[in-house]
Amino acid sequence: MKNFAYAIAPDISSASEAAVQGAQLVAGGTEILNWMRLGIVSADRVIDITRLPELSSIDRQGDEIRIGALATLNQIEGSDIVRQDAPVLSQACLLAASAQLRNRATIGGNVLQKTRCPYFRAEAATGDRMPWPCNKRVPGSGCSAREGDFSRAALFGATEACVATQPSDPAVALVALDAEVDLVGPSGSRSIPITRFHVTQSEAADLARTREGRRLLGGDAPETPDALIENRLMPGEIIVAYRFSVDTASRNSAYVKLRERESYEYAMASAAVCLDQSAGQVRQARVALGSIAQKPWRLSGAEAALSGQTLDEARLTSVLATAFSDAEPLPHQDYKVKVAQGAVRRALTKAGGSIQ
Amino acid sequence: MSDGIDRRSMLKGSTAALGAAGAAALGSASAQAQDVASPSGTPNVNTSITLNSTSRSFAHEARVTLLDLLREQAGLPGTKKGCNEGACGACTVLLDGERINACMTLAATCDGRSVTTVEGLAAADGTLHPVQRAFIEQDAFQCGYCTSGQVVSAVACINEGHAGSEEEIAEWMSGNICRCASYPQIIAAVQQAATEMEG
Repeated sequence: MKNFAYAIAPDISSASEAAVQGAQLVAGGTEILNWMRLGIVSADRVIDITRLPELSSIDRQGDEIRIGALATLNQIEGSDIVRQDAPVLSQACLLAASAQLRNRATIGGNVLQKTRCPYFRAEAATGDRMPWPCNKRVPGSGCSAREGDFSRAALFGATEACVATQPSDPAVALVALDAEVDLVGPSGSRSIPITRFHVTQSEAADLARTREGRRLLGGDAPETPDALIENRLMPGEIIVAYRFSVDTASRNSAYVKLRERESYEYAMASAAVCLDQSAGQVRQARVALGSIAQKPWRLSGAEAALSGQTLDEARLTSVLATAFSDAEPLPHQDYKVKVAQGAVRRALTKAGGSIQ
Repeated sequence: MSDGIDRRSMLKGSTAALGAAGAAALGSASAQAQDVASPSGTPNVNTSITLNSTSRSFAHEARVTLLDLLREQAGLPGTKKGCNEGACGACTVLLDGERINACMTLAATCDGRSVTTVEGLAAADGTLHPVQRAFIEQDAFQCGYCTSGQVVSAVACINEGHAGSEEEIAEWMSGNICRCASYPQIIAAVQQAATEMEG
């Protein structure tokens, strides 16, 4: 990591302005420091945004919960408001990382994590020193994970260029909660649904051919390398908060994370479920899966198919089979479909659903 | 030590030579990619912290992590550098009383805050902290490399109220890896210390 100039942001607009000029913003730092060590980013200026206390509160107003972007994962996990009205988010935060990292990691930065693909996370100060191809590190160089051994590759939305997955746990919960993301940028404030925040590789490829896609990369090159686009955050935009409505389904919600060791590990697949079930019938189910695509993967078709129905074994098996009928696991990773389906089943049960 | 030579300065001398040879063998690219935050770099920030109850100020490069500052500038090598990427927990310290990975924390971001390392746990007269005593009594380490991180993490785990059962301790201590796998003894030590501290 090379040295850089360091300053504390006095307010959000000056942080945004600095980011437009190429400064790297840092809050918890639990991703950024590794990016700088590995050569994924290189910064001449680092701006500390942690001294903006108005961004760290967790409030409830009426039926809406607002979570400031600087709230740490442990603060959210331990919040009585979140535990009671959106347990899925509390559980997703608890099951992420370790106690030490959760004291640093903020929910603003958490959803901006990059893939855990080991080919992407090679240590190389510059692109010409990369030990193997990776289109996210050196656009056009190729994808080593397709030929290699990356067990957390995408089941949905991947392209020939990239099979990366988004590893965030809280993002999956926020998608199941239908949260809105509040953004502040150089041209003002806006909000977008978290379901639209991240993009898959194939969505990125479509975006890259548009003006919006080129703006996402802060450039105007006619050929935008689409493997670099992972979300719709514009240059200089900063996540300031998430908001979501409390409802019966959010109160009866759960997060299940399946992984190779019991704790302190990234998911093979995870599931967030918000479930409103009455007298055996599903009134509403919101289901999102993690670590199987470059964005939290919402099972909209399954949600519609379960609505108004009883949650019986035959129906669930059929609905889940349909939901994964267009999954495209890499060779030898068919098992991940079963793991992901199992995560949904367990999360439905954990959310209070009774499968008959 | 009485002869003015200690283990640390001996090791420093020999690894410096090894490091130079290694860098030459690997070529300059590898050497440049190393995350070496040398205290001899030109300082461009000043950081004041309350370190183990004493006010200290440091001039350092902005890229220096809290871990490197503690080990290389503050003279506190008890905090260990294991993975240097937030995966092992050997560098666990308390920042304003909360446990964190010092390797994932820029020293500059700690300005005005309070840091407690493993060196700050024992009483001024040398009486060990209940967690330190429990680790000795329960034989909760073998090679010892992870131990200072385990001990600091355990202090926080107990203070947070996360030492209620073996399962809860295992979950809330999972950020500290022990490659000798002394986990059963570590859990026993945390339970023993929790009983004493909460009693």
